[in-house]
Amino acid sequence: MFNAIFIPEKGHGAPVWGFSGALSTPNPHRLPSSIAREDEHLLVAAAKKGDAAAFEELVNRYEEKVFRLTRNITGNREDAEDAMQDAFLKAYSHLQDFHGDSRFYTWLVRIAANESLMRLRKRRPNQFSLDEPVEGDTDLMPRELEDWGPSPEQGYAQAELQGILSEFIEQLDPEFRIVLVLRDLEELSTQETAEALGISVPAVKSRLLRARLKLREKLNRHFRRGTLH
Amino acid sequence: MNCKGVIHELSNYLDGDLDPGLKTELERHLEHCEDCTMIVDQTKKSIEILCDSRPVELPSEVRSRLHSALRQKLSSRST
Repeated sequence: MFNAIFIPEKGHGAPVWGFSGALSTPNPHRLPSSIAREDEHLLVAAAKKGDAAAFEELVNRYEEKVFRLTRNITGNREDAEDAMQDAFLKAYSHLQDFHGDSRFYTWLVRIAANESLMRLRKRRPNQFSLDEPVEGDTDLMPRELEDWGPSPEQGYAQAELQGILSEFIEQLDPEFRIVLVLRDLEELSTQETAEALGISVPAVKSRLLRARLKLREKLNRHFRRGTLH
Repeated sequence: MNCKGVIHELSNYLDGDLDPGLKTELERHLEHCEDCTMIVDQTKKSIEILCDSRPVELPSEVRSRLHSALRQKLSSRST
């Protein structure tokens, strides 16, 4: 692990690579994400000029989120790790192609999503297609309707709720899962999701609607008032 | 707008992407349809819960391997 911290606005001089020493010690000075957003463009500009520590700081900020993305799309830890690693390496190699038209993170997500999709397709050939025509929306009316009460999630420990959500994402068909992950977890716009996946905006919207309804259905089984869990 | 229409436009409504005319129609339907109101509220809640979920923890050995690969790549660039 690299220990150099790049804080350009405070003028701490040239960042230093942690090439030797405590490479596995977590950086205790990681900046909160709210600050990360403000100086992201400075870090990207420095990284483009060859400042390795600036790129490292970007990696530090986004590695957990990118791992969540690759894990959620591939549904497999080994593939998730490979996809994450290749995504960061490719991002570094192609930094000059990033022109700041979007947030750096959005650009990174697109690379990571593609790396994940490649692995998913390799592992599950012919099992799903993002290019298939959008199915009709005739059978979408939810059938299970029960009152959840005002704050149903409060009856669950964080880890328990996390387990329910992970299981849901894992079981969701890839064509719905990928869209849900990019739109609702990574907060890409519909247009950005369509571009990242190379599918139409209506296809994104249709899959997102189905995925969200499936999510409600899944949670309904847990949240309906009076259900023991 | 009927119940089917509400479901069809549910995502657009929750994302604030519905044009004003359709939004008014949808909300007028919700005023007298308990089932659709429940579906809209619960779907909104579901998305909020998903958004609030914490990132998967990055295992330390995975992180070490990532940084090791990066270090190799970056040092080969700088030489």
